[in-house]
Amino acid sequence: MTRHALSTRLWHWVNAISVIVLFMSGLNISNAHPHLYWGQWGFSPGDAWFHVIRFPGWATIPGYYSLGVARQWHVLFAWVFALSLLLFMLAALLNGHFRRDLVTRPRDWRPAAIWTDVRAHLRLQFDHAGAKYNFLQKAAYGVVLFILLPLMVFTGMAISPGMDAAWPFLLDLFGGRQSARSLHFIVAWALFAFVLLHLVLLLLHRPLRNTLDMITGGRTDAAA
Amino acid sequence: MRRRSVLAGLAALCTAGCSKIGDSKAFAGLVDGAEKLHRGAHRVLGGRRPMAREFALADISPEFRGNGNKDIDSDAYRAHVAAGFADWRLAVRGLVDTPLSLTLAQLRALPQRTQITRHDCVEGWSAIGQWTGPQLSAILGLAGVQEAARFIVFRCADDFSGHPYYESCDLDDAFHPQTIVAHRLNGEPLPVKNGAPLRLRIERQLGYKHAKYLTAIEAVASLDGIEGGNGGYWEDRGYQWYAGV
Repeated sequence: MTRHALSTRLWHWVNAISVIVLFMSGLNISNAHPHLYWGQWGFSPGDAWFHVIRFPGWATIPGYYSLGVARQWHVLFAWVFALSLLLFMLAALLNGHFRRDLVTRPRDWRPAAIWTDVRAHLRLQFDHAGAKYNFLQKAAYGVVLFILLPLMVFTGMAISPGMDAAWPFLLDLFGGRQSARSLHFIVAWALFAFVLLHLVLLLLHRPLRNTLDMITGGRTDAAA
Repeated sequence: MRRRSVLAGLAALCTAGCSKIGDSKAFAGLVDGAEKLHRGAHRVLGGRRPMAREFALADISPEFRGNGNKDIDSDAYRAHVAAGFADWRLAVRGLVDTPLSLTLAQLRALPQRTQITRHDCVEGWSAIGQWTGPQLSAILGLAGVQEAARFIVFRCADDFSGHPYYESCDLDDAFHPQTIVAHRLNGEPLPVKNGAPLRLRIERQLGYKHAKYLTAIEAVASLDGIEGGNGGYWEDRGYQWYAGV
């Protein structure tokens, strides 16, 4: 049986590209006013709850400060990101990926079971019998797929004045446009942390095989 | 340190590649398409004319930040300020039946709309203020917009190093109830830093659409041939014409 469905593999790589472009163009946009506020309004650095660093050119798209060009990348890849996420979610619902691989059972949530999983991770033991993913993987993928990625879409919409007029409840949901902007920034860095962890774990556990499988689809081990 | 420089190298490679793509015609076409898709999505999701949220008096921010040009360094403008803008005129021209030249007194004599709205700068910050002025639709109604008109262009007294500031919008935004020509902010005559004596309020779009120091309103069939041809000072410099995103 194929380890990763075609829809999963396509989305994985399209999403990787759009997240990288959105993150790096987002850092360029952040440089335009690197101060974050809570509530509806905020314009004076004195009122900010957080002052963001100025991101260097090598970390931004484009590689020099340009709010106009960075926004071009951001508004274009926002569509790629949101639509591909929607299509992947539909496919994963239909082909059973969510139900089969991501749903947890009550007994997975027992502290003892979680602790066993954590200890196995700390010993760098990643092989697990039966299910495709262990509990920590399911939890991480669940948080990213169902909380962080949708939050990026909806906080992004709440920053847009045209979208706010169309869907005013977005402002109430996040407690104001500046709150939505702060959350957009925080969640972007939470995703950055996930990607780092994802890459570190990949390097620790059969990096070539796992990467190739995400391209070709791979085969599930009969023994596993 | 080495890992960091490898990471920086990879990132730089990506940004260099992106810069190449970013300069291409195909990329410009894709960005235009994405902008139209955003505009279409906002129209479809919100109905044709959704209103921007209006706030309560208590929500007004303690200050309304001035940005971009905060004054005009010319003897003519200083004379207008000294005279309380008694001789300021707002021209209405282009594809209209009756070209107009309106004084501030004439604009104040029209039915007025007062709205407390949030102003979102493209840089990321927001401020809330109370604006008062006649609806643009009333002014356009007086002049009579002709069939052929597709866009309204806004001319301004300010410039950046000799390049005049200007803006434009479609008729949907021009006739939107919240699109007003404001002459008051928070109950006071519009301050110089916010565009005295007249600034456009085009709620549902970012700050750079809200042209300040307004001198003329033009109905046109096309934006081609007007300055850089992209419909605004910032649009000519790579910013989106539809600034609702």
